[in-house]
Amino acid sequence: MLIQALFYLFATILVLAALGVITARNPVYSALALVVCFVTSAAIWLLIEAEFLAVVLVLVYVGAVMVLFLFVVMMLDINLAELRQGFTRFAWLGWLTALAVIIEIAGVVWARGGLGLDASRGGTPQPAAYSNTAELGGVLYTKYAYPLELAALVLLVAIVAAITLTMRRRTGFKQQDISAQVAVRREDRVRLVKMPAEKRP
Amino acid sequence: MISLAQLLTLSGALFSLAVAGIFLNRKNVILLLMCVELLLLAANFNFIAFSRYLGDINGQVFVFFILTVAAAESAIGLAILVVLFRERRSINVEDLNTLKG
Repeated sequence: MLIQALFYLFATILVLAALGVITARNPVYSALALVVCFVTSAAIWLLIEAEFLAVVLVLVYVGAVMVLFLFVVMMLDINLAELRQGFTRFAWLGWLTALAVIIEIAGVVWARGGLGLDASRGGTPQPAAYSNTAELGGVLYTKYAYPLELAALVLLVAIVAAITLTMRRRTGFKQQDISAQVAVRREDRVRLVKMPAEKRP
Repeated sequence: MISLAQLLTLSGALFSLAVAGIFLNRKNVILLLMCVELLLLAANFNFIAFSRYLGDINGQVFVFFILTVAAAESAIGLAILVVLFRERRSINVEDLNTLKG
């Protein structure tokens, strides 16, 4: 019963925060509402016993991705009034689509036998000694070892891409060209000239 | 015990709100990226709900990979956004008409 009450509490917060993300006037408030979304999602994941992913969600999303979002929002000097223009023009279409999506999903999920399985049941509770992290690690480093390495590669490519994209080459900025310095040869720098000796006065 | 239907409805609500957000904020690239993050979060909810319901850990491994790829995606997306702002002094989608698309 307590778990149900907590679930409904977190679900309400999650939906309200998601509403805040899409309707806030200022992108900074949107980003902060998105942080609330991620934290409450992590809480719900804890309730359904997916502990490792809940921790990862808070660490990776709240700790890294959302901080990145906030940095970018604060770095850019955006004209908000221009971006807000026409905000309500297609709003009815947006809300209509959202309503259609939620009615369809709820219809399928709550219809008797709609999914072909008993959706009114939850997962079986794990025993007290169960470790979600250990089980996840068990498959991640054996069955999914190559996909894990590929994911690491994807992150590496993302780092390289982000840095090369945002690196700025300023003109009129004096700096050493190391490869040119290393590649220099003696003939480029030293010139031997032959000239007659001067007469002693 | 939280049932599968409750979790799927919540994720559906989250998904539909994110879709509505894409309609509402169709000019602001930053908010579009945030809405994409919300969509991915809703997808992750489904994966975890079914993983717990079926007692199959593989669904949670997929959530792990989705989180990885989504982090990479938002990093590159924000880098592109910064470059875009430096070039155009604007992040309005309507100003991005060079390709005449």
